[in-house]
Amino acid sequence: MDNFGWKVVRGVFVAVVVLGLCFLVLPLLVIVPLSFNAEPYFTFTEGMLRLDGEAYSLRWYRSILENPEWSKAIGNSFIIGVFATLVATVLGTLAALGLNNPRLPFRQAISALLISPMVTPVIIVAVGVFFFYSSMGLAQTHLGLILAHAMLGAPFVVITVTATLAGFDQTLMRAATSLGAGPLTAFTRIQLPLISPGVLTGALFAFIASFDEVVVVLFLGGVDQRTIPRQMWSGIREEISPTILAIATLLIVFAILLLLAVELLQRRNKLSAETSVK
Amino acid sequence: MKSKYLYKTSIALAMAVVWTTGTSAEETLTVVSFGGSYAKACVDGYHKSFEEETGIKIKLEDYNGGLAQVRAQVDAGAVHWDVLDTESAPLMIGCDEGVFEEVSDLELPPAPDGTPAADDFFDGMLFDCGVGTLVYATVMVYNSENVDGEPPSTVKDFFDLEKFPGRRGMRRSPSGNLAWALMADGVPSDRIYEELSTEKGLQRAFRKLDTIKEHVIWWETGAQAPQLLADGEVFMTTAWNGRIFNAQVLENQPFVIIWDGHIRDYGALAIVAGAPNLENAKKFLQHATSTRGMVGVANHISYAPVRHSGLPLVGKHATTGVDMKPHMPTFPANSKNFLWYDIEFWTDREDELIERFNSWLSR
Amino acid sequence: MTDKRSGVQRLIVPVGLVLPLIAFILVTFVIPLGSMVIQSVHDPEVAEVLPNTLNLLSEWDGTSVPSEEVFESMAQELVLSRESRTTGKVATRVNRIASGTRSVFGKTARRLERIETTELRSAMIDIDDRWKDVELWIAIREAGREYTVKHYLHAVDLERELDGGIHPVSEDQRIYNTLYLRTLFVSLAVTFFCFLIGYPIAYAIANVSDSMAKILLLIVLIPFWTSLLVRTTSWLVLLQNQGVVNDILVWLGLVNDSDRLALIHNMTGTLVAMTHVLLPFMILPLYAVMRAIPTDYMKAAASLGANPAQSFVRVYFPQSLPGISAGCLLVFILSLGYYITPALVGGTKGQLISNMIAYHIQSSLNWGLAAAISVILLTGVFICYFIFDKWVGVDKLRLS
Repeated sequence: MDNFGWKVVRGVFVAVVVLGLCFLVLPLLVIVPLSFNAEPYFTFTEGMLRLDGEAYSLRWYRSILENPEWSKAIGNSFIIGVFATLVATVLGTLAALGLNNPRLPFRQAISALLISPMVTPVIIVAVGVFFFYSSMGLAQTHLGLILAHAMLGAPFVVITVTATLAGFDQTLMRAATSLGAGPLTAFTRIQLPLISPGVLTGALFAFIASFDEVVVVLFLGGVDQRTIPRQMWSGIREEISPTILAIATLLIVFAILLLLAVELLQRRNKLSAETSVK
Repeated sequence: MKSKYLYKTSIALAMAVVWTTGTSAEETLTVVSFGGSYAKACVDGYHKSFEEETGIKIKLEDYNGGLAQVRAQVDAGAVHWDVLDTESAPLMIGCDEGVFEEVSDLELPPAPDGTPAADDFFDGMLFDCGVGTLVYATVMVYNSENVDGEPPSTVKDFFDLEKFPGRRGMRRSPSGNLAWALMADGVPSDRIYEELSTEKGLQRAFRKLDTIKEHVIWWETGAQAPQLLADGEVFMTTAWNGRIFNAQVLENQPFVIIWDGHIRDYGALAIVAGAPNLENAKKFLQHATSTRGMVGVANHISYAPVRHSGLPLVGKHATTGVDMKPHMPTFPANSKNFLWYDIEFWTDREDELIERFNSWLSR
Repeated sequence: MTDKRSGVQRLIVPVGLVLPLIAFILVTFVIPLGSMVIQSVHDPEVAEVLPNTLNLLSEWDGTSVPSEEVFESMAQELVLSRESRTTGKVATRVNRIASGTRSVFGKTARRLERIETTELRSAMIDIDDRWKDVELWIAIREAGREYTVKHYLHAVDLERELDGGIHPVSEDQRIYNTLYLRTLFVSLAVTFFCFLIGYPIAYAIANVSDSMAKILLLIVLIPFWTSLLVRTTSWLVLLQNQGVVNDILVWLGLVNDSDRLALIHNMTGTLVAMTHVLLPFMILPLYAVMRAIPTDYMKAAASLGANPAQSFVRVYFPQSLPGISAGCLLVFILSLGYYITPALVGGTKGQLISNMIAYHIQSSLNWGLAAAISVILLTGVFICYFIFDKWVGVDKLRLS
């Protein structure tokens, strides 16, 4: 094939990539302007296309504030998310430290067990959780959802912290102990600060896993445990109003903030990995 | 002196105990209902007057119907609901399964003219585990904006794609649809269930549904039906009459109900087995199922009282002033041709027919 | 001494560290799954309510109406069941085997309380003549088995006939096998589409300048971090009849306003939305592998005279295979259990097996059947998981 032919192939390749990226991100971007629609429609009105100021309004954002169901859902999402994240992060970080220790027996099997909630379809987890937690009286309680979400989030912490530990220089610990520091001191003074970006990344993953989860909430949660995604679910199925789009826009902004936080942590992580090598 | 002091304090203590336990037992009641405009109608219809008259505070919760949540509570022995607003089929099944308290010996208030409750209620509205509160209808509706010329007026028209082309909205459930298919196929309403009980009749119903299957959009929640009609996604749809009333009166939608062949069912209140506030719940049932309570609801949403003394007392809509009587399913002009939802048939055959219906849908 | 102690200590520290999470996962995850497996085979309710009748029925010939003795015991136990409020539990279970018999039990139990007779057989048949049906009694005997595979039979469209043989259910009752196959098909299709769209994107990110790669990666990560419900909502908004895509098509004159395309509430909706939701799970593992492929090999191949296509197929592609298998298996496993997206955009033709599980948990309350379907699905997923572990290794999973 001649040079021109390769240019065509290259052009086609670039076009495919651009189209694919558009497919990924455009659907999300479409929601944002629509959430400012002054009319209760899900499509662009003529006024919106003319960029007429009157066609845009904040009414759907106001209706979030005015509706106590949404504020309750937002509260529930954060309460359940924060507590589930705390449990998942503490247990997950400890487990990752254990898994990192070469003397741990059955390492492969244990890591498979600890990660299994992540790869089990959530519908099946929800069924099992529904049967067992109901029989324990945990159905329709915040505690039940916190436990279930912590279980779903823990694998993310295990994975990210394990990955961070892989880049951690163990000689630092030995150096610390040889200088007379106890293992606990060495851990809190040397290891923890260095792996903390990894721990925080894992915590963010665990939080988003809980924040985004809806199937377990559907099966196990009652009216008092409605979270944002649960409220969106009934919003879509029952009375779909552009309020959903306003909430969706807020969630997109929130996701971008979390993503930036993770990026920053990664950068710090890299930095600390580099300093630990030095 | 010392003993007197002891005596006084112990009395004070006892009183404090009585007072605190008394108030904590008397004060609240958790009522669980379907939410939306219906729950609001109940709040205005009888919750407020109940709270005023008894001092008991009602905690209102929403659910989506069915028995799953209440069964989970009863099975785990962790009941925190007291009164459940429910429908006929879950009421019967739940009663047999023991998730509701028996209320057959509960004394219900007489009609305003003194007629005893037993005579005032419609036949079969007093159940072992619940008391009927309202009649609602599943009806066919069209949007008059989309009709030029003669409008549809019968069940047959719903199935007639030549005379009335356009998509149809139907509930994704066999219950009303099989009955309507037979009606449209010429079976008179009083022979529908007889026909549905035979394999031949069932096949006939599914064959009739086959003729419109490709043009049907299936809805699952009550709010979807008026939405489909308003958005122009369908030309006609089946829907619950209260939802359509709301769209007509509160949102000024030009919807028209076809009362021909509507399917009637009732709603009821039941007490969850092991309810934490059992005595309050009983008082609530007595209050809510009085003629006044039922009429109170009927003045907010188009669900009819199930007491004979009720319909004549139904007046104007509380906020818009629309005369409510012509919107009632039990209004004489609306009652020319209708079908009662057959509880025994559906509780017996529902599992099987839903599976068959799903199988039909997926083909 | 010191050596020995430190040897034990060396073991105690790592084990002590992993133990809390192991215990937590056992209680919150493994035991619940175990209780699900038990629920799928264990159904003691009928056996608890009708112990004596079932005992008598075990000697019954199964062809003629049972004896007065059986009726007597049934009557006794039905009246007792009314007191313990368990009649409905029996009725529900028998009704699932012999549809249309639920009301027999409640009705008979209620009337028996008021009847004073010793001729219970004729009395019960008087109350409801279905007591004459041998099928009803066979169904009772069947429902009385404490351990049962009936949910599994039901979950694969089979049933036990009266003669005890196992046959497929009649054609207009079949549903589950279709749904397993459809789930499999959708999962494979979604995996394929994700690969088709994801591979070029991952390749591009791995082979552009660092600053460009960061921007592209951000575009991939934003949807990854955005709530699943938000992404599903956006497809609803885009694809519905009066939605943005149809509006654009009408505006371009490609489609008539009166016959807008049905893009949602069908299989198309399910495939499009699921591909979108799962695409990042394909791109990220692919990118992780591709980033590590040294460019030297491609250059070497080119210097040896291979054209770009040849060097890509012979050199680059084989090296990216671990990423492909990781991405494909991840997407495939996740699609198998997808529930939310098909439920919201799938209509009736785009429903998957997970929707049936939810239906039996929330609406029909046939929890045994829901458990059996879940166990079947879980078995499928675990098989995939083991392949994944053997092929790629679970610890190779990276998230960022």
